[in-house]
Amino acid sequence: MTGEEKGIKLTEEQAKRRRARSVAIALTLGALVLLFYVVTIVKMGPQIMSRPL
Amino acid sequence: MSLVERQDLIDTESLAWSGGMGSVGDYIALLKPRVMSLVIFTAFVGMMLAPGHIHPVLGVVALLCIAIGAGASGALNMWYDSDIDRIMSRTQKRPIPAGKVSREEAFAFGITLSIGSVVTLGLLVNWFAGAFLAFTIFFYVIVYTMWLKRSTPQNIVIGGAAGAFPPMIGWAAVTGNVSIESFVLFLIIFIWTPPHFWALALFKCGDYKAAGVPMMPVVAGETSTRNQILGYSVLLAPLGVSPWMLGFAGSFYGVASAVLGLVFLGLAFQVWRVREGDAARKATIRLFSFSIFYLFMLFALLLAESLVMGL
Repeated sequence: MTGEEKGIKLTEEQAKRRRARSVAIALTLGALVLLFYVVTIVKMGPQIMSRPL
Repeated sequence: MSLVERQDLIDTESLAWSGGMGSVGDYIALLKPRVMSLVIFTAFVGMMLAPGHIHPVLGVVALLCIAIGAGASGALNMWYDSDIDRIMSRTQKRPIPAGKVSREEAFAFGITLSIGSVVTLGLLVNWFAGAFLAFTIFFYVIVYTMWLKRSTPQNIVIGGAAGAFPPMIGWAAVTGNVSIESFVLFLIIFIWTPPHFWALALFKCGDYKAAGVPMMPVVAGETSTRNQILGYSVLLAPLGVSPWMLGFAGSFYGVASAVLGLVFLGLAFQVWRVREGDAARKATIRLFSFSIFYLFMLFALLLAESLVMGL
């Protein structure tokens, strides 16, 4: 059995739109990572540099 | 039955799948961007008027979460209402009735964004605001969309609370609680909603009737709706001035909101008085259009005054 013979086959348009959605999801996840990183820095504030070792 | 057996039952010759046709734009349309913009604006005003301080980054995060939460409510509303959206001319081009996004896709999208926005607001800003956002989504989707909308002509009166909560959530993001000032902002939008929506319902009455949605003009008739529009407008005009009377807005706001309230009242009176023909239709369209401008101006004036005071 090969993947091309069984399962749902996407039309060219469906595949194109899925690719666009995947890019949008990837960008959103990237933005979320960046957001949590920036907010972590904001919440820690200047204290981030003066923690005891 | 194993998964392999289930797979064998599928007719591989006819595997054309109608789903997956939604573009990124279709998913953005599910978020009701125009409603979202009003939510962002009113929430922002709530944040700016609140006493205390919020770090600008956290302020942007709070607004983003409130906007996404509102958008998620819109997506879940479109998921549940796709049957009546197919019937009404105003909603026929929405992504689900247009066949671009399936109901399942819209549901998954709405639930994911609801949970994501609430958890992010709770984790990054404060849990009171997060819980408030969760309650707002619950109120809009469960109480308004699934329960009230199809069962009572008071649907948009009670359901209007969901659209009125954003300035309170914005306030809560800064202070961690609610207060009389934020409740007044809520009340302004809450009392504004019935005349705004009923003006629309008066000239889209046929649509709602065809879809079986018990909007006030469909159930109680146009005369009763016009009376109630006037009644709510009489309440709204002084309520719009109340931020100045309660001391959290300046005298410029006081004068401007009084003038705007009088114009609103005048247009509502026209809707009440002119009941026949094209003039009646024009009067309702005029009130509907002005009601959007009225609410925008009240909040814009509050925002402008708070910015000027802060200089």
